[in-house]
Amino acid sequence: MRAAVAFVLTSVFVAVACSSPVPAPMAGDVTVFAGSSLTDAFRKAGDEMTKANPDARFTFNFGSSSTLATQIINGAPADVFASADEANMLKIVDAALTDGAPTAFAGNRLEIAVAAGNPKRIATLADLARPDVVLVLAAPTVPAGKYALEALTKAGVSAKPVSQEVDVRAVLNKVSLGEADAGVVYVTDVKSAAGRVTGVDIPEPQQVLARYPIAVVKDSKNAALAHRFVDYLLSPAGQSVLAEFGFSKP
Amino acid sequence: MRPERPPVLFVVLAAVGVAFFVLPLVGLLYRAPWETALGDLTTPEALTALRLSFVVSLAATALALLLGVPLAWIYARVAFPGRDIVRALTTLPMILPPVVGGVALLFAFGRRGLFGQALDTMFGIRIPFTTAGAILAATFVAMPFLVLTVEAGLRSMDRRYEDAARSLGAGRWLVFRRVTLPLIAPSVFAGAVLCWARALGEFGATITFAGNLPGTTQTLPLAVYIALETRPEVAIMLSLVLLAISLAILVAMRDRYLRAF
Repeated sequence: MRAAVAFVLTSVFVAVACSSPVPAPMAGDVTVFAGSSLTDAFRKAGDEMTKANPDARFTFNFGSSSTLATQIINGAPADVFASADEANMLKIVDAALTDGAPTAFAGNRLEIAVAAGNPKRIATLADLARPDVVLVLAAPTVPAGKYALEALTKAGVSAKPVSQEVDVRAVLNKVSLGEADAGVVYVTDVKSAAGRVTGVDIPEPQQVLARYPIAVVKDSKNAALAHRFVDYLLSPAGQSVLAEFGFSKP
Repeated sequence: MRPERPPVLFVVLAAVGVAFFVLPLVGLLYRAPWETALGDLTTPEALTALRLSFVVSLAATALALLLGVPLAWIYARVAFPGRDIVRALTTLPMILPPVVGGVALLFAFGRRGLFGQALDTMFGIRIPFTTAGAILAATFVAMPFLVLTVEAGLRSMDRRYEDAARSLGAGRWLVFRRVTLPLIAPSVFAGAVLCWARALGEFGATITFAGNLPGTTQTLPLAVYIALETRPEVAIMLSLVLLAISLAILVAMRDRYLRAF
């Protein structure tokens, strides 16, 4: 009799577990290192994860992917690393610091950020070389800076930036503060600063597509929850959060 | 000073305190690529940053001397109302996070800043992203060191020499030049050296206000930050240069520094 009850109960549990798309809540702290372009999308994703797992806490360290990779290699306690390019993820992979292979979870496009309303009438990458345009780019060590140089090279434009900022959000800030007339950033950055900056499209032949890989960092103190965060981003719910902030499918 | 046998607890805690400061330096020295040291320091990026840093820090020191010595004189000699508040305002950058200083500089002298906008429209002068901007940022954070040191020198000097000179018919300017300045020269020198060292190490205000461009605004600390990701050996060697300079200054200045504060 007791065995039968146990069997029935187990079946119910299994049935509940299988039928419900929501996995059992988890607890713990997870620290996510992510490229600065992911700032708003990941904050939202973290909030959503905390709603589903009230005892879980997600802490974010946003910066240039290259800085973050350097920090992780030097032993920073990251549980998850999301990079804006494959090169910096590869540094972590090469250092044997990932738990499983990285997965591409989002894509992004470049856009020219200009002052709201585009007073300087910037229409193409070629306009960035105009002497009256104060241009800022991300440093060439940073993914956004590297992509921007690729796009400028494709367009055959040799534009001189007045500053090479430490991450893409610093580029965006210089434009939204009005200190620079233009900067090359991601579509998602322009969207996040809607009203303060205007985006100027970069056409397909000059466009550079950014692919964002994510991985759980080896020796994570809370690997299960870290994997849960990664799985969430790859799930339809996570992908729709990313899409809301302007990211494309990987 | 009466020698005293220190309590064991103090010795232990003090040793931990010393280790806290010394271990990072040991780490830096341990990782330093000594075999390639000269090559790393003579890469174009390192040389450009070294050259720019010396220009910026020396210009900042010159500016601080020009404005700071008269300011220190007024603090020391004129009891005007609100002096303590004004002194606090001009000392603030010593403890203010430099990034906050950089943001404040942007809102004052940036292209959309309170005064920067007028400078731009009236004279076509734009300060952010220029070497002048880097010099302003460095002066902002470093000048308080000079002002406080010189003020302390002025307060501790024997004013009877000035009185004697005045009674013999010397004018105020002559007294300042021939009596006061020579008497406080050690303080001015110490203040200038501390100011220069602080200017040399400036990072936050510079990157926020002046940006980061090799040859124009990328000073040594900025170059270290950027190189750490791609050329860590260059970053380490540049760090050691900054470290050696700072340490040499503090050792040479130890008496002055302690007396000034």
